[in-house]
This record gives sequence, C-alpha cells and structure tokens, in this order.
Amino acid sequence: MTTTAPPDDSRVAVGTALDFTPKPGAAPATRMILAQAGHEVRLMLRNPEQLLLTIVIPALMMVLFSGESLVATSGPGKRIDFYAPGLFGAAVLSTAFTGLAIATGFERRYGVLKRMGATPLPRWGLIVAKALCVLCVEVIQIALLSAIALAMGWKPHGDPLAVIVLVVLATGTFAGLAMLMAGTLRAEATLGLANFVFLLLLAGGGVIIPLSKFPSGVRHVLDALPISALTNGLRDVLQHGATLPWANVGILAAWAVAAIAVAARTFKWE
Amino acid sequence: MGQPAVEVTGLVKRYGAKTAVDGLDLRVQTGTITAVLGPNGAGKTSTIECCEGYRRPDGGTVRVLGLDPVTQGEQLRPRIGVMLQSGGIYPSVRAVEMLKHTAKLYANPLDTDALIERLGLGSAGRTTFRRLSGGQQQRLSLALAVVGRPELVFLDEPTAGLDVQARHATWELIEQLRRDGVTVVLTTHLLDEAERLADTVAIVDAGKVIAHDTPDALSTANGAGDTEIRFTAPAGLDLAGLLAELPAGLTAAEQPPGAYTVGGDVTPDVLAKVTSWCAAKDVMPQGLSVGRRTLEDVFLDLTGRELR
Repeated sequence: MTTTAPPDDSRVAVGTALDFTPKPGAAPATRMILAQAGHEVRLMLRNPEQLLLTIVIPALMMVLFSGESLVATSGPGKRIDFYAPGLFGAAVLSTAFTGLAIATGFERRYGVLKRMGATPLPRWGLIVAKALCVLCVEVIQIALLSAIALAMGWKPHGDPLAVIVLVVLATGTFAGLAMLMAGTLRAEATLGLANFVFLLLLAGGGVIIPLSKFPSGVRHVLDALPISALTNGLRDVLQHGATLPWANVGILAAWAVAAIAVAARTFKWE
Repeated sequence: MGQPAVEVTGLVKRYGAKTAVDGLDLRVQTGTITAVLGPNGAGKTSTIECCEGYRRPDGGTVRVLGLDPVTQGEQLRPRIGVMLQSGGIYPSVRAVEMLKHTAKLYANPLDTDALIERLGLGSAGRTTFRRLSGGQQQRLSLALAVVGRPELVFLDEPTAGLDVQARHATWELIEQLRRDGVTVVLTTHLLDEAERLADTVAIVDAGKVIAHDTPDALSTANGAGDTEIRFTAPAGLDLAGLLAELPAGLTAAEQPPGAYTVGGDVTPDVLAKVTSWCAAKDVMPQGLSVGRRTLEDVFLDLTGRELR
C-alpha cells in the first residue's frame, strides 16, 4: 500500500541541499565515549555553581587556612602539610559526590538520560564517560590546588601512585553514593542534601578539623567514613611518607564495592 | 514488499492496574509515513516507547527493523532516530553544541551546518536550550532525531507548539525524509497533519488500533456514501419531513443546532430535492456545500465526541 511521494517538490529545493538517504551506524565506542566525556567536562566547567563548589571553595580554603592561624592543627609540621591533603580530599568529594549527584539528578529530571538512551551510546559507555569526566575535573582541581600549595611552601612526600589509588577508590565510592542519591530522590532534594552532606563531611571528615580533636568514641566512627579514610590516607602518604596506607585503602575499597553495588541496584534512568 | 519496518502484534502495556495498551497491532511498511492518531491517553506514546525500547511490553511482540527493541537495543539504536515529546536536553547546552555532539555519536552523520540552516536554527546556534523558543526547541529535537542518518524515525508530536511557517517547514522536511527513503512513524493530534503527510493513518483508542488505512480509504470507509451535503439554517427544521422526500438510505442530522448534514449516497437529484424542500419552506441553506467526509469526521465517529 506504499503511496509514492509527490513528484518534484520545488519548495524543498529552496533551502540547502540535504540528503537524508539512510546511512546509519554508530561511531566507534572510543570516539563516542571521549566525545561524551568532553561534552560533560565542558558543561561542568561552564556551570558557575559547580565551579564555585569544585574550584573556588577548595582554593580559598587552601589560601585562608594555611596562611592564617584560624584553626589549630595537630602535631608537628607546617600547616600547609596538613591542609593540602585534606583539601585534595574536599576537592574529590565536591566533584565525585556533590557535583555528580546534582548534575545526575537534574539530568534525570530534564529527561537528558532518556534522550541519551535513544542514541548509539550504550549505558555502560555513558557511565565510563561520566567517570572520565569526574577524573578529568579532579586532575584539574588537584593540579590547581597543588600549584597553590607549592607556592605556599608545601613539601609533599610519598608515592604518587598511592595517591592515585586512594583518589580512584574514593571517586568510586563517592560516585556510587551520588548515583544512589540522584537515582532515588527528586532533583531539588538531591541538590539540597548533596550540599548539606558536603558541609557535614568537610567538618567531620578530617578535611579542615583534625579528627584527633573529636572524643575518641566519635573519632572511631568518623575514621570509618570514606572521606576520613581518604584524608587520613592522603596525609599518611603526602605528610608522613607512607608507601601505601593499607588500612585506609581497605576502608575505601569496602565502601566503593558497597556503594557501587547498591547504586547499580537502585538507579533508575528515567 | 519486503520486511515491515515496524511490526507490533498483540502489544499489551500496563502501569499498575491501568492498561494503557490493550492488544495493539501495527504494521509499518518501509519507506512510508505512518501517522498514529488518537485522543490523549489512547496509548500512542506507550506504543511508540515500546518500539523505541524504553518500555518492556507486558504482552505481545514488537519488532523494529526485525529486531527486539528491548533485548537488541544496542543493534537497533544506531539505526533509528527518536524525537521525544519534551526536550530531554540539558538547559545550559547551546543548540549547535548539542547537535554537533550528537552527530559525533554516529558513523556517517549529516552535515550539521546544513541541517541547522535547513531548520532555520542559524540565529539560535549559540543560544542555550532554555532560552530557545518552544518552536526552536522542537526543531532542535527533530534535528537530533535525523542527524545520524537513520533508516526509521519516531516523531512524537513533531509540530506541537509550532507556528504556521515552522509547521510547514517541518512537514516539508518529513516529506523529504520519505522521498530519501526514510521510514517515518509520527504521533499527532492534528488531523490535517495526518491527512497531509501520512501514507497510512492508524487510529488508536483505548489501547487498540481501531482503524488503519490510507487517509482516503478511511474517509470513504463508512457505508456507501462518501459525500455529504452541509448547510446552516434556522435551528429545528423538520428532518423527518426532509427524509420523507429523499430516497431511502440517506441520513440527516442537525448538530450543533442550526448545522445540518445530509449523508449517504448523495446524487445531483438528492441535492436538488434538498434545495427544493428548503425553497418550499422559504429557508435559505447558507453555506451549502457538497463534500467528502474529512478525516476529522471519521475520527470523531470512531472515537466519540465526548471530551476526555
């Protein structure tokens, strides 16, 4: 019952000649993933709220806390040697948890994930692209914060590989928790709660207040938080020259497995 | 005629206790434009979303380009284009950026600059999605659906909210898609859109296809008469008296009051009898016309006139 198209259609010829003749096909997976990751990095760096959270706040804290005696530090050593690892932890938390949770919450709300589901980019590819995006922003953050810290006389120790292990495990944990939150709450609730949790963890995760300041009962609980494992581990390496802080790596690995498993079970794309 | 582009058999889709699609059958031939027409809540979008792989059918089978959209989605998605009813685009993305990014996900995308020009989005290129007008947002969504050079596109209400110029530009683009060999499935509320564009129209109501044919065949389907006489005159004329003058098998109706239609096998003789009956009553039949039943008449007959 195919009806033939009307012969000639001079109206259409007016615009640019476009040929819609089907020629379908997905781009190679690597190209799709890199394109998606680049697209997401550009969007994240263009968003003023995200920049404030991930770049401006950690950088300001680095300058303020390390330069002036606003907060008493524990133990010997320069203030910057205490704050630089803590604020690296804050930077990772801001991108992998708060930033990712808020962005994903609104992507669900606006139907962006649904639309992406109609493109050739598979879901696993989207997840890999988001992970690359987060890691890429973290590299920018840590490079910037390191430059500020070095300018303020920071002398890092330890093995950079150990830093990478800690950051990757923490990123997995925070990203899992972010997806859990974004996948179950409304976008506005995610926005509020992700910021609130960020502030709580800044205070209670060994970022700016040494955990030794807390009563020992509370401290044991706080030590088991992923943010504390990250900041404790980073200090073990960067401040005290440890090769690989096994206890903290273990805590982070357990959190990462649990967070990703729960997020994978609960996350809804629409 | 080859394999159909879309073959839906006995599709059932439930949301909780509500059955949105209830044993729906639909066949779309390759290279045609099919309009899925129906009142709100008839099950159009649920059906299309089962074809796109967004929803898992509760019963029946769905094959799109010979593939199962749920289990073979990764093979299917590069070959189809999807235009969703609401954007699905992040508000801070610029129009051109979104299109160029989407193009990178395909092996042989269209030239994005030419597509932007064709859809009249040139001036909107650097504008973020949230600042585009409703019509520009719609046209960008259409561009995203076709940029990957798909074999088959699903367009959910492609001209909703467009002004007349943009609607015609969109219709011309959809006609060119067919001419270039793309199969098009679109949903619409707009009967003139279905009548103008579609090779076949599937009328969906209460989760079933209740009629599926060419617009012409649908318009002439009911009974022998494919034409009717319409006129307006003072309300309350004696229609039984009129019918008594006419050959058997004709119908006469007044709806709304003052608007009359005489349907059935309308011949020149019938027309003369109607006008002489009016003359005898000294009634002027204003706006008298003899015409084919429109798709709108068929649609209202089939789906009822009550609002829902």
